Amino acid sequence: MKKFLLLCFSFVFVLSAWAQERVITGRVSSSEDGSALPGVNVVVKGTTTGSVTDADGKYSLSVPSSGGSLVFSFIGLKTTEIEIGDRTIIDIQLGLDVTQLAEIVVTGFGSQIKQDLTGNVASVKGSDIASIQMPTLDAALQGRAAGVFVTNSSGKLGQAVTVRVRGTGSISAGSEPLYVVDGVPITTSVNNAYGGATNPLVDINPSDIESMEVLKDASAAAIYGSRAANGVILITTKRGKSGKTSVSINYSTGTSKETRRVDFLNSEQYAELIFRAAKYNDDLNGLPTNDPSSDSQYARDLMSYHSFGQWDTDPKKTYNWQDQAFQEGKVNQLDLQLSGGNEKTKFFASMQHLEQEGIMYGTKLTRTTGRVNLDQKANDWFNFGVTMSMARTLNVRLPNDGAFSNPLQSVALLPMTPFNDPTTKLPTGTPPGDINVGLYYNPRISLDYGRYEQESFRNLSNIYGTAKLLSGLTFQTEFGVDILAQNEEGYFQTQTIRNQTRATNGVGSNASAFVVNLNAQNYLTYTKDIGKSSLNVVGGMQYQQSSARYSDVEGLDFPSDSYKKINSAATKSDGSSEETAFSFNSLFLRANYKFNNKYLATFSVRRDGSSRFGSNARYGVFPAGSVGWVISEENFLKSVSPISFLKLRASYGQVGNAEIGDFPQRTLFSGDAGYAGAAGQRPSQLGNPDLRWETTDQVDIGLDFGFFNNRLTGEIDYYEKNTTGLLLNVNIPRTTGFRSQNRNVGSLQNRGFELVLNSQNLVGKLKWSTSFNIGYNENKVINTQGQIIDAQFFNRVQEGQPVGVFYTVEYAGVDPANGDALFYKNTRNPDGSLDRSTVNRLGYNQAQRTAVGKPNPDYIAGLTNNLSYKGFDLSVFFNGVFGNQISTYGMGRFSSANMRFEDNQTVDQLAAWTTPGQITNIPQARFFQNNGAQLSSRYVVDGSFIRLRNVTLGYSLPTSLLTRVKLERVRLYVSGLNLLTITNYPFWDPEVNADLQGQPLAGNVNPTNNVAQANDFYTPPQPRTIMFGVNIGF
Amino acid sequence: MKKLIGLLLLFAVVTSCDDKLNIEPFQQLDQAKAVSTEKDVLVTLIGAYDGLQSVNAYGGDMHTLSELTGNTEDIFFTGTFAGLSDAWKAEMAATNGDASNMWTRAYDVINRANNVLSGIDKITSSTSAKDRVEGEALFLRAAMHFEVVRLYAKTWDDGDNNTNAGVPILLQPTKTSSSADFRPRNTVAQVYQQVIDDLTRAELLLPASNSIYANKNSAAALLARVKLTQGVTGSTPTQLAALAEARNAADRVIASNRNPLAPSFASLWFTFLTNGGNSPAEYIFSMKVTNQDGVNALNTYFGIGVSSISGTAGRGDCKITAAHRAKYAVGDTRNYFEQVGSNFYSRKHLDRFGNVPLVRTAEMFLTRAEANFRLGTAVGDTPLNDVNRIRNRAGLANLTSLNGIGDILNERYLELAFEGSRLHDIKRTRGSQSGLPWNSPKLVFPIPQVEIDTNKELRQNEGY
Repeated sequence: MKKFLLLCFSFVFVLSAWAQERVITGRVSSSEDGSALPGVNVVVKGTTTGSVTDADGKYSLSVPSSGGSLVFSFIGLKTTEIEIGDRTIIDIQLGLDVTQLAEIVVTGFGSQIKQDLTGNVASVKGSDIASIQMPTLDAALQGRAAGVFVTNSSGKLGQAVTVRVRGTGSISAGSEPLYVVDGVPITTSVNNAYGGATNPLVDINPSDIESMEVLKDASAAAIYGSRAANGVILITTKRGKSGKTSVSINYSTGTSKETRRVDFLNSEQYAELIFRAAKYNDDLNGLPTNDPSSDSQYARDLMSYHSFGQWDTDPKKTYNWQDQAFQEGKVNQLDLQLSGGNEKTKFFASMQHLEQEGIMYGTKLTRTTGRVNLDQKANDWFNFGVTMSMARTLNVRLPNDGAFSNPLQSVALLPMTPFNDPTTKLPTGTPPGDINVGLYYNPRISLDYGRYEQESFRNLSNIYGTAKLLSGLTFQTEFGVDILAQNEEGYFQTQTIRNQTRATNGVGSNASAFVVNLNAQNYLTYTKDIGKSSLNVVGGMQYQQSSARYSDVEGLDFPSDSYKKINSAATKSDGSSEETAFSFNSLFLRANYKFNNKYLATFSVRRDGSSRFGSNARYGVFPAGSVGWVISEENFLKSVSPISFLKLRASYGQVGNAEIGDFPQRTLFSGDAGYAGAAGQRPSQLGNPDLRWETTDQVDIGLDFGFFNNRLTGEIDYYEKNTTGLLLNVNIPRTTGFRSQNRNVGSLQNRGFELVLNSQNLVGKLKWSTSFNIGYNENKVINTQGQIIDAQFFNRVQEGQPVGVFYTVEYAGVDPANGDALFYKNTRNPDGSLDRSTVNRLGYNQAQRTAVGKPNPDYIAGLTNNLSYKGFDLSVFFNGVFGNQISTYGMGRFSSANMRFEDNQTVDQLAAWTTPGQITNIPQARFFQNNGAQLSSRYVVDGSFIRLRNVTLGYSLPTSLLTRVKLERVRLYVSGLNLLTITNYPFWDPEVNADLQGQPLAGNVNPTNNVAQANDFYTPPQPRTIMFGVNIGF
Repeated sequence: MKKLIGLLLLFAVVTSCDDKLNIEPFQQLDQAKAVSTEKDVLVTLIGAYDGLQSVNAYGGDMHTLSELTGNTEDIFFTGTFAGLSDAWKAEMAATNGDASNMWTRAYDVINRANNVLSGIDKITSSTSAKDRVEGEALFLRAAMHFEVVRLYAKTWDDGDNNTNAGVPILLQPTKTSSSADFRPRNTVAQVYQQVIDDLTRAELLLPASNSIYANKNSAAALLARVKLTQGVTGSTPTQLAALAEARNAADRVIASNRNPLAPSFASLWFTFLTNGGNSPAEYIFSMKVTNQDGVNALNTYFGIGVSSISGTAGRGDCKITAAHRAKYAVGDTRNYFEQVGSNFYSRKHLDRFGNVPLVRTAEMFLTRAEANFRLGTAVGDTPLNDVNRIRNRAGLANLTSLNGIGDILNERYLELAFEGSRLHDIKRTRGSQSGLPWNSPKLVFPIPQVEIDTNKELRQNEGY
């Protein structure tokens, strides 16, 4: 670099020696923070005379004796022209180029200038999310990419995140987008032996991200063919740039708390309500409340027994079990990044160490990642490079939400139940104390006397080589791997016996998963400009194979709890190994054509073959095309000064969804049907040789615009996605011995619009910019050929309704006369009108079910405001979700059911009906009677919310101070996550998607699928986190 | 040239990868290959027992629901499983999860058994092997048809058996999906006849002893149950004829002396903790549970973890009422309950890995006594002697005479409490269940809503 500068200096010197004209000097600095800008081009307008600023931003240049002007330019900064006049010193500040349209967007097997895009691609830059504490990178898309619905399933660490690009596109097949990291489609699901699904993206360090692009419409995504129907997310990691080596260290630390608690009854209130409920039964049975066989006596015994008799003497003493479920979370994160290089070699290297204690008692996540990205120019025609990343993640996990050992389920315990057994001083229910004290199992015991850890190692690496074959023609070959090795180990001591009923002498388990995913791709890129036309063609092949191997073993009967490895288990009670695999072999071609910078067109086609498709449908072809018209380049608009950019684009294409399982097409027997030590087999699947991918036809019409010198830019899109050949687990009569068969039947539609606005409100010393996006999506199942698919509780698939619609009996409130819960009949009268008369519990089975809500929001939106002044910067980010409902039935029928069960109740249940004529929405409390605890819309509630997702305030120390200590950048910041949530949702968190895995209630549909969405089941809330951080660069 | 090499490379890779699209499943087998040898048929039979052992079938749900449904007199159900709780209150909805799971599992077992039967000709090693396998498969198929018809249809002689809707009869394995899968309900009479045909042939084919699997007595004992159900109260000639067959079948089991009464009532339980995981000889047919395989659902719902008895477990959902406990005479060892706090739980089901009995010899004595009494016969022995045999074993003195059928039925009630016969006994004897009459539609399970939605040929039961 120094040599280069020297060269420049000498060049300037030579020039000036020849011309003997006047010399202008000056300094170029950043209008952001006043720091010196090296490397800025300074040119005398209309000539080739020019110079480059040095490390201090200074330049010197000979110019003609009179007039003229200087043009200052630098990539990413606004090009500025200054009249020289008669000045000899010209200092100037350059601002950032606010023309966001000039950015480069990664498109898959290539990249494009955003201005030339004809498809719809949302892009989130690494810098946008740099100072937000984010354990997994999919959270970066939440509220930042229009039309991308991201929802955390719970506040548990490393838990799965649901991502929907333009709505739920499937019923039985996957609905998650395809993730491609540096060209490699990665593994996005791995089986867990315990707890809900985890998020394999947790192994990727968000600080390594240069950009994330969401390919939303068919034109953008069709290059991924049969895997693109749910959108494609391209993740590009940072790479080195030639120039000085930069070192960046970031440390942040913080604490977190639960975003909200729910109010439950105290001991006095609980006793009051349970006595009311019991008295109802006693009156019915004609028993006085002091009768030994009365329900009232049962209630007294209950409260006495579950409080170690404490309730008899101190009936007011209350224990808030949420104190036992939550803990103060802690986050510590250290990042180190190195990057730099020269003309030939460029590198980026990073390490990160994250330690996080969750807000749920006993949870912890530790992640260490390392990365080296290297690019080497071998000679004038060949480049190659490697990307290497390693991660180790250790997660101390909780069980699934439906388990009694989920800490949040302890809210169901009676408020008079002490945290600890007064005799043993151990957590209530711990042997040698009475294990049956505690209405249910005390989850604390599993956390104090048990442990479940998941450790995973991830290697995501690839190598590439690029050869220039001819002018404009390059060949690129890439080979990548994604290796995920995971081990889970758990041990539950004898103390957990009430929950781990096999743990008479301890129970230990160990499970391993090993997923190897290989990807090879070779493609040619041809670029040619002919006159006003420019053409870019890319074509090639991609082959991917992935295999997953699982094994697990369980042991019982340990010598003592000091022995925790299965080595010591006298009984190896269970063990298994399994394997699955899939492969894709594909050809693809894409052509981009541009004429006169005004007319744009793209065409792409992909042919996919996959092991997953039936023998009669092994290959699919997926074409897409799009056109764009840059109207602002037309003469009639060029003179309209407020309009700086205007482009109309339209696309249409066909994409597929191949996430249909690995062997859905086969008719199979399984050998897992042994009985009492003898081996057995069973018919396990009814196949379908015609089975194929799902097909989505998508139309997108969009307008990109820039006004007022591009200070206000944005996009408007309308889209329609029609999915046909839906893979349905078509119900077949169960009398056949099977529940369903996989078939390509039915169709669904997603349509909606998206609006993105970016505005530079203030660009002076005080800078203020706003980004806003909103997406509206309407999801509708068009045709299922009469199939009805019910999930647990309310969710179902029905024609004319959105996927997962809440379908149940409509609650009609409380009969003021007698406190009965009422339900609308909603049957058809002979004249076709709806019968809105009501029935109570006796007529419940006559009440028709109806659509009462839906899990998917109508609108999702995000709003970011960035302000900076001198060294200060402030970022405030809200996101919101509107028009969706949540089913709380899973827990509500226990916790908020006017004492249907003995569970502690939410405080609103105190309003249960007591007196004739009373108007209330809570039916009369009737112990163990179903008075309103039936499945009904009573438990379907509004899930809309606005959340202050992040606020970050930073201060960068002035350069003048830093140069003395040889630092380039010191930034101190404080960041808050989930500081505020505005919602009507009555439970912990409206951002919820319970992992009900293993909850044997109805069990006819895998509850983590597309249908069983938006259920709350004692699901831990999101954390509210406050972080302090410092970022140092040199 | 370079370009050419690049293209060639591309072409080579593409073509070489195409055959990699053929991937075989790893822990599954194509149906076509699965049942092709004698051994394949034998392991398919084991697979049918595996299905039968499921909690939704003879692992305990079928027993539990038969005890729990509408039974608020004997049981105070405080559990949180909605399906069970609704059944207990006789407030089941058509979507009841347990009703749906039992139905599904029963037909799964039937399909597994039909896979065995369709491959029976592959058993060529010996006639006895072929007969045994066929007999076992017929027994399994009959057992499941019988369970679904008595749970999901009107009981025998509640109206016209020839028009009352029973359940679909399945006699062929499902190998592909077709329109023939959409079957209507056969009549109650047809289903009973199929069950009787299967059991009769099974009894003929099965060997007298057959390890833990179904044997001659298993088929005879189940046939006795079926015939007793058809015998109802013996108020018509056909009912009396059925009772005679029930009596004879029970007598065959007793006379074989292969399943003698256990010396003490208490020795019948805790099969895992005290009997090495073996069923006592009195269990004529039972599902084996071990710490490696199977779950005892009766333990799940009726059991509870008792600190003083290591190896006990359970959710403690079914609390036994004082009213029930008061029905045992002083000294009756069948007053067999464990107190935890102020609640009582059946000790029959405390063992975490206890085997699940389906039918035991005491029932055969009581069946013989009931049938003999109604028929006025004394085949095998007198009803009084049979009843006293059971009473003596429970530590009670002999009755000197029987004051009507009620004495026999009461003995049956106490002896077989919480083992899965309560609902069916009430229906058969035209009694009432906690105030609901024997023929109340609330005591008939709903055909699963999903099945009604799927198969338009099926008619739902009254009241759903």
